[in-house]
Amino acid sequence: RVRMSDASDLSAGEEGQEEVMTPAELIARLEEAWLNEKFSPELLENKSELVECVMEQITHMEDNLQRVRKGDVKASVHRMEIDRIRFVLSSYLRSRLQKIERFFPHVLEKEKSRADRDPTFLSPEEFAFAKEYLANTEVYLRNVALKHMPPNLQSIDMLKAVPEPCLDSFVFLRVKERQENILVEPETDEQREYVVDLDEGSQHLMRYRTIAPLVASGAVQLI
Amino acid sequence: ISFCLHNMNEAKTEGKSELIPSIKFRHSCLLRNQRCIAAYLYDRLLRIRALRWEYGSVLPTTIRFHMCAEEMEWFNQYKKSLATYMRSIGGEEGLDITQDMKPPKSLYIQVRCLKDHGEFEIDDGTVILLKKNSQHFLPRWKCEQLIRQGVLEHVIS
Repeated sequence: RVRMSDASDLSAGEEGQEEVMTPAELIARLEEAWLNEKFSPELLENKSELVECVMEQITHMEDNLQRVRKGDVKASVHRMEIDRIRFVLSSYLRSRLQKIERFFPHVLEKEKSRADRDPTFLSPEEFAFAKEYLANTEVYLRNVALKHMPPNLQSIDMLKAVPEPCLDSFVFLRVKERQENILVEPETDEQREYVVDLDEGSQHLMRYRTIAPLVASGAVQLI
Repeated sequence: ISFCLHNMNEAKTEGKSELIPSIKFRHSCLLRNQRCIAAYLYDRLLRIRALRWEYGSVLPTTIRFHMCAEEMEWFNQYKKSLATYMRSIGGEEGLDITQDMKPPKSLYIQVRCLKDHGEFEIDDGTVILLKKNSQHFLPRWKCEQLIRQGVLEHVIS
């Protein structure tokens, strides 16, 4: 659970696992999630709480803006700020939606087969959207083409027909937490295993598959 | 596939096993045709999907003319799904993510009106008359949709 800090915050540690963030930290987290989602070939973990907090923040800022005197220079700066944050949030959600649409059967399969305690990849609303997209597309294909085909060809396996994300694509990343012994290439008959250490602050171009868990944990940032 | 196997079994039992390669070949051809058709139709769907993001909820008649009834139905369902999703964002009124497609560079922009669009209200209550060829200095976020629809043109001097 995440909560925005305000003037009356005295009991930060009291409420169990609640985390308190300043607006600046919230926006920084949003930008990190945005860049990671933008540059990752697959759909990343769902960050609904972050989205909710950002929306609250935007509403809060717009309310403040109403109370500012018209024509005040501060108003323009705040307006710009709100627009920027809204752009980043919209872009983040668009990235996610595009990946959901592009890989819809795989995304649904992944979500269905995850264990209860694993983090979700789709928010409930995204899950509903993905299911509707699948149903919509199946109905369309059936009515336009499949029902006119010979009996044994009247279905299409979406999991086979729709390509999966290419996890071997290369991504740029910056290291936030030092990592040791990252296996870049496994040992084969022709080569020794290729292992690197990732120093904090260094930047690399690597195969996404190698560092996927590090993106999820926040140890590296895609750029 | 089961039909193909059925044919193959029939061929075996009737002693016509030399037909099996033909059956397999015919089945591969049919599958390939199915894949080609599905690929063509799916590609059309992707373009139709892009139309929602480019033109908004109402498609120009020239485009609608090129769509079959089932495609229109798919578009309407997609629109609905998208709207439901957007309304659910953040837990209050939602967020229209088909707006803010580009990073904001400036607060107000100079726009020229390309066609008559009637009256247009901006945030502080003032009403602007969008008459063809008129130019206005308007808040950028209000103009995005109209620029995409071709009603306004961003003037960069």
